[in-house]
Amino acid sequence: MSSPDFDISIGVSDRTKLKGRVFHGFLIIAASVGVVSLILLFADVIYESVVGIVTFGINPVDFLTQPSSARATRAGFLAAIIASIWLLVLTAIMAFFIGVGCAIYLVEYAPENAVTRLIEANLANLAGVPSIVYGLLVLAAVVNGFGLGAIILSGAISLALLVMPIIIVSSIEALRAVPDGMRDGSAATGATQWQTIREVVLPASMPGIITGTILALARAIGETAPLIMVGALLHARRVPGPLDHFSAMPTQIYNWTFLADPHFTALAALGIVVLLSILLGMNLIAVYLRKRYETVM
Amino acid sequence: MSSSNDEIQGTDAALQAAHVENRRFRRMLFGCAALTVLTTLAIFFVLFDNATSYFFSSRISTLILDVFRERSLGPFAEFTQLITFTEFLTGTRWAPDHAIPSHGVLPIVWGTLAITVGAAAVSIPIGTATALYLSEYASTESRDRLKPTLEILAGIPTIVYGYFAISFITPVVVAGIARIIEPIGMGIAEISWVAPAILEPLAAGMTDVSIGRYSMLSGILVVGIMTIPMVSSISEDAMHAVPDDLRNGAYALGSTKYDVSTQIVLPAAVSGIFASYILAVSRAIGETMAVTLAAGFNANLTANPFDEIMTMTAYMVSMARGTSAVGTVEYQSLFAVGLMLFLMTLAMNLLNDRMKQRFQEEYR
Repeated sequence: MSSPDFDISIGVSDRTKLKGRVFHGFLIIAASVGVVSLILLFADVIYESVVGIVTFGINPVDFLTQPSSARATRAGFLAAIIASIWLLVLTAIMAFFIGVGCAIYLVEYAPENAVTRLIEANLANLAGVPSIVYGLLVLAAVVNGFGLGAIILSGAISLALLVMPIIIVSSIEALRAVPDGMRDGSAATGATQWQTIREVVLPASMPGIITGTILALARAIGETAPLIMVGALLHARRVPGPLDHFSAMPTQIYNWTFLADPHFTALAALGIVVLLSILLGMNLIAVYLRKRYETVM
Repeated sequence: MSSSNDEIQGTDAALQAAHVENRRFRRMLFGCAALTVLTTLAIFFVLFDNATSYFFSSRISTLILDVFRERSLGPFAEFTQLITFTEFLTGTRWAPDHAIPSHGVLPIVWGTLAITVGAAAVSIPIGTATALYLSEYASTESRDRLKPTLEILAGIPTIVYGYFAISFITPVVVAGIARIIEPIGMGIAEISWVAPAILEPLAAGMTDVSIGRYSMLSGILVVGIMTIPMVSSISEDAMHAVPDDLRNGAYALGSTKYDVSTQIVLPAAVSGIFASYILAVSRAIGETMAVTLAAGFNANLTANPFDEIMTMTAYMVSMARGTSAVGTVEYQSLFAVGLMLFLMTLAMNLLNDRMKQRFQEEYR
């Protein structure tokens, strides 16, 4: 923020100056806690991964190309990675269309009335519901209610419900960023509201919507609790299809960590490296899209 | 402009079709929006319905269906309460799955509260100070470096924090704290004759520290670190919204930066800052994986931060068995605990909404 251009220390006592300096030092220390934690976290994961490769002789290629096993020496990550990709695809399909649809309704169509206010207030609340509760909902309603079972599709439904509010909020922002002049211009040519949305508003806001969706999916792929509630397996022993029982990347990492065996702990660290790399990739794509298209409008 | 009658009718029909299409899409999109409200209703209904089967002999929905099917109130006679609400809310032993079951929810509520309050004690001062630093003190370069770091911290999956707790925080940080505290405890034991009632148990707790795989302190630290970015980013937004005129006015009166920070910016941004606290607390209540791997699975009613405890969410994780457990008391108890969790976070979210509205009104 702005600070005055003139020297404010004139006529300020040494005690006041000292107080200011101590406070400044305290703020710097507090601000560095987050940075230090992040560095420690990365260092810890990388250290454990190296221990796994060196001490336990885990072959990174085997790790990426073999499914998991109850025996640490034969356990790999492939089935969990494939399960996570299936989850990602199914979640994206379900959450994207409904989420963007809801956002379009709220920005373009919704009249200012009690129903709209209810939908908006509810959205804020949904975003704050703990992820484990979505898992519980799907466990009772879908897994056991409809009898779908603890399959990838059930897991994807819980993740889609979880990220829907995030997609809606970011899509609303992207749609609001489209200047009203473009809508008015389209309306002046005689286009209906839907034609304006389809031909003018959506193409202009799509980069923003896609960016928001990718970031929301990055959140989904790291979620563990809903999948555990839905009933993910302890070990992903074979490569699954969308209607198979499964253990995804985060649940597999959880189970390996939980086993309290140093070999499995090392496997978990390697799994985290894979998970974080995928997250990093998704974030880079989102940043790239944002940078690439932000100059267009 | 030579258009025949046919063409006009043709465009008329096209216009008609476009308007029909518009209305159809409007209805469809409203359906999407309504689905979000339906989700909330479904959460509430499903949790409530299944929770009734924990307290009573059957689910409330089964009871109502039976009454309709038999067209009599007969099923009500068989609808009995198995677990009293008094036992649930005041009992001090939580073991619904034991041979001798006990249904007092207090130990796991205590676990959640201990982690939440402890994590808030970590993240609130650090997060607020970080926000103040970013908003008032930091140079542009350090801002540009610090903010992305905090965003990364916020984007790391909770399972990774759980792993961090088990492989670093517990064996290094918590064990280190225990080693520092032990001699202090011995010192207190020496002088415990001053006030034996308070100091003796304190000294005993500090000297008899055994670091297991899980501890309350580890959970507090990891959830505290996780929620720092939440407090700092929302608080900073609130501080950013404070108009510069207020700062300049204070500077003109001879205030130092310290005075401006603590007496102008903090009070002016207070409702936004509180909103960030509520959000962090709400997140800590619902936090699952990090807490499960850090604090453990033992439903202890303990105040010793080195003991293993169990939160509501950790209990739910430990009882999750997918399809195999339907109808068992473990399965039913999931929903009773889940309903409590949902209501606790709902209350926090509603409070947060109120705060946000106040915060937005202030500097329009």
